[in-house]
Amino acid sequence: MDEQELTNSRLGSLEYDPAPESAGIAHLRPSYGLFIDGKFTDPSSHEQFVSLNPATEEVLATVAQSSREDVDRAVASARHAYDTVWSKTSGAERSKYLFRIARLIQERARELAVVETLDNGKPIRESRDVDVPLSAAHFFYYAGWADKLGYAGFGPHPQPIGVAGQIIPWNFPLLMAAWKLAPALAAGNTCVLKPAETTSLSALLLAEILQQADLPPGVVNIITGDGSSGAALVDHPGVDKIAFTGSTDVGRQIQQRVAPSQKRLTLELGGKGANIVFEDAPIDEMIEGIIDGIFFNQGHVCCAGSRLLVQESIADDVLRRLVRRMEQLRVGDPMDKNTDVGAINSSAQLARIRELSSFGESEGATRYTSNCALPDKGYWFAPTVFANVSQSHRIAREEIFGPVLSVLTFRTPEEAVVKANNTNYGLACGVWSEKGSRTLWVAQRLRAGVIWANTYNKFDPASPFGGVRESGFGREGGRHGLEAYLDV
Amino acid sequence: MSTAPLRLVTSDDYGVKIANKSSVPSVGSEAQLKSVLASLAGVDAVGLEGRCAKLATRSIKKSTKLAAIDLAISMIDLTTLEGADTPGRVRSLCAKALRPDPRDLTVPSVAAVCVYPDLVTEARSALGNSTVAVASVATAFPSGRASLKVKLLDVTEAVEAGADEIDMVIDRGAFLSGRVGEVFEEIVAVKEACRDAHLKVILETGELVTYDNVRRASWLAMLAGADFIKTSTGKVSVNATTPVALVMLEGVRDFAEATGRLVGVKVAGGIRSTKDAMRYLVLVNETVGSSWLSPDRFRLGASSLLNDLLMQRLKQHRGAYVRADEFSGD
Amino acid sequence: MSDPRLDVRKTYKLLINGAFPRSESGRSYKVLTHDGEFLANVAQGSRKDLRDAVVAARGVQAKWWASTAYNRGQVIYRLAEMAESRRDELASHVAAAEGITVLEATASVGRAIDRIVWYAGWTDKIAQVYGGANPVAGPFFNFSLPTPSGVVGVLVSQESSLEGFVDAVLAPIAVGNTVVAVASELRPTPAVLVGEMSATSDFPAGVLNIITGVTSELALTLASHEDVDGIDLSGVDVEQASELNVSAAGSIKRVYRPKVNDTDPTRRLRAFIETSTVWHTIGQ
Repeated sequence: MDEQELTNSRLGSLEYDPAPESAGIAHLRPSYGLFIDGKFTDPSSHEQFVSLNPATEEVLATVAQSSREDVDRAVASARHAYDTVWSKTSGAERSKYLFRIARLIQERARELAVVETLDNGKPIRESRDVDVPLSAAHFFYYAGWADKLGYAGFGPHPQPIGVAGQIIPWNFPLLMAAWKLAPALAAGNTCVLKPAETTSLSALLLAEILQQADLPPGVVNIITGDGSSGAALVDHPGVDKIAFTGSTDVGRQIQQRVAPSQKRLTLELGGKGANIVFEDAPIDEMIEGIIDGIFFNQGHVCCAGSRLLVQESIADDVLRRLVRRMEQLRVGDPMDKNTDVGAINSSAQLARIRELSSFGESEGATRYTSNCALPDKGYWFAPTVFANVSQSHRIAREEIFGPVLSVLTFRTPEEAVVKANNTNYGLACGVWSEKGSRTLWVAQRLRAGVIWANTYNKFDPASPFGGVRESGFGREGGRHGLEAYLDV
Repeated sequence: MSTAPLRLVTSDDYGVKIANKSSVPSVGSEAQLKSVLASLAGVDAVGLEGRCAKLATRSIKKSTKLAAIDLAISMIDLTTLEGADTPGRVRSLCAKALRPDPRDLTVPSVAAVCVYPDLVTEARSALGNSTVAVASVATAFPSGRASLKVKLLDVTEAVEAGADEIDMVIDRGAFLSGRVGEVFEEIVAVKEACRDAHLKVILETGELVTYDNVRRASWLAMLAGADFIKTSTGKVSVNATTPVALVMLEGVRDFAEATGRLVGVKVAGGIRSTKDAMRYLVLVNETVGSSWLSPDRFRLGASSLLNDLLMQRLKQHRGAYVRADEFSGD
Repeated sequence: MSDPRLDVRKTYKLLINGAFPRSESGRSYKVLTHDGEFLANVAQGSRKDLRDAVVAARGVQAKWWASTAYNRGQVIYRLAEMAESRRDELASHVAAAEGITVLEATASVGRAIDRIVWYAGWTDKIAQVYGGANPVAGPFFNFSLPTPSGVVGVLVSQESSLEGFVDAVLAPIAVGNTVVAVASELRPTPAVLVGEMSATSDFPAGVLNIITGVTSELALTLASHEDVDGIDLSGVDVEQASELNVSAAGSIKRVYRPKVNDTDPTRRLRAFIETSTVWHTIGQ
């Protein structure tokens, strides 16, 4: 062996040519109306707002701003559909509608994936391999519950609640729509869905799919708009149940507004997930898991593993491997099939991430930021790791919702648990160890709704997802996910 | 306040850093060896396979694909290991190895021709002093079930007949029953018998079955002096797979960082299509990087793969799918 | 008005391991419509055919169980898609076999397809309904998982040519078993059609095997076959059921006997489930 060659071996030296997915399949219209009573209709104010591609800042389309009147119409339509059609539709028939929708999502998978990537900024590989397949799977899973509600553990004949108002975030637009609609419809409710302001397009394509499935008009209504539309929906007396996924701050406000009423409520809010790594963790898979835990979906994940709690004895080695691996992440054009990390969803979110990251440095943490080249246009943030973080630092306590990891250390399992739980949040955690008994011991003591062992960011419609404490209440997925939509 | 991210370390630090000091940890006894192997991190199969599945989605097109095809061709150990092999068969294979496409001299030669020991002389004479090396399997390939004396004689004869490279098999029986010291000593002895020839150690990963075993066997072979670690003989039902290759690449990476010695990786068996070859190159690219993206450090043991690579190469140039008959069946 | 064109008549064969062979015995038997008219010569399965079917069912069972519940659900749903597209054909066979009107038969087919959809939606719910964590008194993580018994032999209802067939074969399949079914002796053709549809529905070969023939000839072989883990005795009368029960006892088979006026559609699901309980210590 040539000793002169003892240099650094450059990872990624085999350059990949651009491999862009074609945007043509999206067939985007220049403007979209609201989806009420089974049809696309103009908003009462005729007001539209733009939806941008966050990777290029180009306008993709204009989307309708719904007013109080529009929300009223949508709720009335949902109520009418509930009273006259959906509550009289048997479980077997509801099941078949949901199976149809699932199949249509599969058939139009590519189109949905492209629209999602253009509107959200996430890599096409993720939309194609994660968001769209999981969305179809949610409809398949809940289709199977519609005619079996008596076996769900809520009594022999559980009944739906009525009209559900559902407000979803911008990080997984299509998937969050699926998470909301599928169980609600399976249980026999009708829905008014409000997508996030910056990401309405995949929901509007889903509306087309609902039409193709011949879903009776009014069973699902989709009203686009900004926060005011969401507020109008929350306040509307004709809505029996509110489901919200978003930030803890907004969730708090919603809970306050809903409190005086009889409306049911479920909330899926923020998190500051701890990924706990013991010295006997399977090293290479663990590094992948940490990276995936915080950089998947650009870190715009409520259950992101945004804190790494690493056993002190291996901390230096882990950090070195982490930074090396982070440097390899391909950041860029979300439509390129080889991109790992896409664009930040909006300029507002980018500003927030930058602001919180600046605290990391001023608080004395050591910053490592990827050297990746960032495009000139669009909203971009290079993957970043902060080492030597302590629990009192703002970056260890506040949800950044971006590709920023804070690294802390611990010495004993007890200490790891205490540090992991030292937060008002409680959504998800990861535990990395080859010792099963210890993993289970830690899992038992973690205050979190989801615990991943030797893996991270795994989702399945059969697996209940949701948080404790200020990460919200209620579960989505699994048998438990039906509870939110049944009058039990 | 500046919004530009600070860069406290440079990109040079982000590669696989190979130690400047060559310090092979001394393994004085079987007990020490066992302890070194036991201290290696476990492999989570789900995570490992998940990573390979994700890397399989890398899209290799256009100029990257052309470059990768040529790279893959130059990394092939063109192999014939059949009971029915004859001098004639070997001569045809060597001609193909030197000039895979006689009508297109821009096609690189392969790295080596791989044959049984008693056909080394033939291969040597056919290849002369060309860039194509003569690799010979040895040590009672493929089973490895023979005495050490017989195995060493096997190696010696191949080396004396002119082999540049020796592909040996480890004693899987000994490994699986915990006699790692024996396995180690055999490799050391074979390495010595190789003299100037370079040694590839076949782990036969299909028989080792678990990824943890593959990791341990990789380190054992490297500690014992292997120049290359190789997945399989190609003679059992489970040969090279991307997860197994990934474990081995992680192994050579960590070994290089610990000791400064760069060990090569050869994947063999079941690699038939250009798509397969591209998957392996992506793994190398993203695990160990530039120092291994060369025939000196990475090999593809295959026979029918070459024609598929040639077909893909031609297709890229012509813009249409081509038929298999364009190329020789050797 | 007769169609001047001569129609191509169908041969009704067995379904074994994803292929459609005639009986190795070379025999066939006459199947008549409910009104006594000649319908077809259907393969008359033999003991050896049953044996081959069991081998096929056993060979694929581990792989069927190893696939995800989601995947199994998709496969069964596809069967519903196939059946829906051939609804009229099925209805005419059910009408002819059971002596009911085409309208009644169409309703029966609709119900059968809805049942297929019902089973498709069960695959990824079984574990949640019949499994779970158990709060044992000690530092252990304890959970029970429903697993399939293995290969299930089904003597299908003699009377209900389609709905009864669907229930009897899909319940064990949904739970992860593979099935060797003996179709109704007098009314086998709807079952044969379902077999054809399963072959075009991504059912792995061997998951569903269908043997047509004389039930009394085949029942004992199936009930006594030691490599069959469970048996559904719906297709035999009470007396024969008791006899078969005795021979099933030889290999401690799980036996399902239909209940008169059964209101619980999950009995069949539960009949061929084994519960596997795992303990794992919890500690630092």
